[in-house]
Amino acid sequence: MSKAVTALMLAGLVLLPLYSHLSGNIFILTLFTRIVILALAAASLNLIMGFGGMMSFGHAAYLGIGGYAVGMLAQEGVGSGFIQFPVALAASATYALVIGALSLRTRGVYFIMITLAFAQMAYYVASGLARYGGDDGLTVYKRSDFSGLIDLSNRTQFYYLCLACLFGVIFLIWRIVNSRFGLVVQGLRSNEQRMQAIGFPAKRYQLACFVISGTMCGLAGALLANNTDFVSPAVMYWTRSGDLMVMVILGGMGTLFGPVIGAVVYLLLEEFLSQITEYWALIMGPLLLLIVLFGRGGIMGLLGRVGRG
Amino acid sequence: MLLVVEQFLNGLQFGLLLFLLAAGLTLVFGIMDLVNLAHGSLYMMGAYFAATFAAWTGSFLLGALLALGATLVLGIVLEMSALRHLYGRDHLDHVLATFGLILFFNEAVRLVWGPAGLALPLPAWLTVPVPILPGIHYPAYRLAIIIVALLVALLLYVGVMRTRIGMLIRAGASNREMIGALGINIKLLYTLVFGLGAALAGLAGLMQAPILTVQIGMGENILILAFVIIVIGGIGSIRGAFLAAIFVGMIDTLGRAFLPNLLRQVLSGAAASTAAPALSSMLIYLLMAIVLVVRPEGLFPANRR
Repeated sequence: MSKAVTALMLAGLVLLPLYSHLSGNIFILTLFTRIVILALAAASLNLIMGFGGMMSFGHAAYLGIGGYAVGMLAQEGVGSGFIQFPVALAASATYALVIGALSLRTRGVYFIMITLAFAQMAYYVASGLARYGGDDGLTVYKRSDFSGLIDLSNRTQFYYLCLACLFGVIFLIWRIVNSRFGLVVQGLRSNEQRMQAIGFPAKRYQLACFVISGTMCGLAGALLANNTDFVSPAVMYWTRSGDLMVMVILGGMGTLFGPVIGAVVYLLLEEFLSQITEYWALIMGPLLLLIVLFGRGGIMGLLGRVGRG
Repeated sequence: MLLVVEQFLNGLQFGLLLFLLAAGLTLVFGIMDLVNLAHGSLYMMGAYFAATFAAWTGSFLLGALLALGATLVLGIVLEMSALRHLYGRDHLDHVLATFGLILFFNEAVRLVWGPAGLALPLPAWLTVPVPILPGIHYPAYRLAIIIVALLVALLLYVGVMRTRIGMLIRAGASNREMIGALGINIKLLYTLVFGLGAALAGLAGLMQAPILTVQIGMGENILILAFVIIVIGGIGSIRGAFLAAIFVGMIDTLGRAFLPNLLRQVLSGAAASTAAPALSSMLIYLLMAIVLVVRPEGLFPANRR
C-alpha cells in the first residue's frame, strides 16, 4: 500500500509541469517548487532524526545559511551558480560541523534545546547583518547563473532542477542508510552504549551524519533563495524548524519517502486551510496535537497498517 | 557610574523575570518529564489577560491578580485536556504537540484581541523614580519587579524544600512509581505542578507587559532564552535555573549596553556599529556553548535517578 502511494506521488511530481502547462495553472507549479524544496530539507532532517536519532530543532538554520550564501554572493556581484552553490554547501557544512561538535556533547532533550538555541543565534546574526538587509531580508535580483546549462528563471527547468536535487538526495540517503556507515549510525540510535562498547567512536559517526544532513539542507536553502528571489532571517525562525520536524513526523520518521509525503501533505493542507480561513493555524495546531496523540508512525505507518490489515 | 548601576539593576530585573519563566519550565520538565514549548504561550496569555482585566477593572493590581488566576486556570485546563496524555511519551511527541499548541494560541489571540499589540499602562504610583543610592534614581516599577520576583523565588524555595506538598513534588521527581504506590494522587499533583508553572509564566508575562508591548509571539523569543537558562543551569534544578537566569539576564543586558562602546575602542567606528548588535545577541549562546563544553549536563544538574 505505502509503495503504491509513494509511486503514485512520485509520478505525480514528475508529471506536474505537464499538467500545469496543459491547464494553464502556473500557480500550482510555483507552489510545488516550494514543496519539493522543503521536501528536500525534510528528507535531510529525516537522515539525522529518523535514522540517526538526533532530534535537531534547528534545521531551518541551514535553509538560511544556504540562502544567504547565494544572496550575499549575488549582492557582491558573484552571479555564477558554480560558485554560489558550492559556497552554500560549504558554509552549511562548516556550520553543521561546529554546531554538531558542540551539540553532540549532549543528548536527549538537551540536544533538542541546544540545536534550537543555535539556530536562533543564527537568526539573530542574520537580523544584525545591516549590509545584507538585516531584519528586512535581502532581495536576490538575479537567480544563480549556470552559464547556459540550465536556466533557473524558467519555471519548468527550475522545477525539474529542484526535483532532480530531491531525487538525488533521497538516492544518497538510501545509499547511506544501507552502507556500513549508515548501519553504525542506526545502531547508535538504538543503543549508543553498546555500539561504543563494541568499539565504534560514536560521536564521530554521529557528527559525520549531522554534517551530511546539514549540507543537504544547505542545498535546499540555496534553491529556496532562488525560488523566492529573496532571503530573510524569517526562513531561519524556529517555527520553520518546527515545520520541518512536523513534515518528517507526519510523513513517517525513518522511512525513505515519508518526509516527501509529509511535506506534500503538510504544505497542501496549509494552502488549503489558508484558503478557507485566515485563521488556518487555529485548525492546524490542534490537528498536530491529534496527529501526535493518535497517529503513530505518520502517514507511512498508517499506509503500512492499511496494507497489512 | 549612574549608568553602570542602572544597567546592573536592569540585568538583575531581566534575570529574575527569566527565572520565573525558567522555573515553571524546569519544574514541569523535572517532575513530569514534559518538554513544554507552549510555556511561552502561557507567558503571552498572562500579559493579554492582564491588559484586558486591567482595562475592565481600571486597576493595575486587580487586573494583575485576576490575570494570575486566569493563567493558573488556563494551565490546569490545558493539562487536563491535552498535555496529560503526553506524559511518558517520547520527547519528540512533546515538542510537536506543544508546537501545535503555540500555533493555536497565537492564532486564537489574533482572533480575540486582533493583530495589533495592546498596552498595559502603569498606575501613577509605579512610574515615579525612587532614590536607591544618593543621587541615583531607579524606576519604581522595575524595582517592584525585582522585589516581587525575589519574593516568589523565596516562596518557591520554601514551598519546595519545607512543606509537605513540596516534599511530594520532590518525591515525584525522583521516583514517580514509588510515590504513586504510597497512595499519593499523582494525577492531581501533576495538574497542580503544571498550574503552578503556568501561573509563574503568567506572572512573568504580566510583569513584563508594561515595559514592552503586549503582542503575539512575545513568548517565543523569551522562551528560547528560558531554554538556554535551564540548559546552562541543569534541567530540573530550580537552584540552577535561578543562578543561570541571573547570569543570563546580566550578560544580555550588560552586553547590549556596553559592548558597542567596548568594540569601538578596538575596531573602527563603522565596523563596531555593524558587529555590535550581532555580537551582543550572540553573547548568551556563546556562553551556553562554553558551559556545554565544560559541563555538558549544565552547571547544577539535578540529582535524579
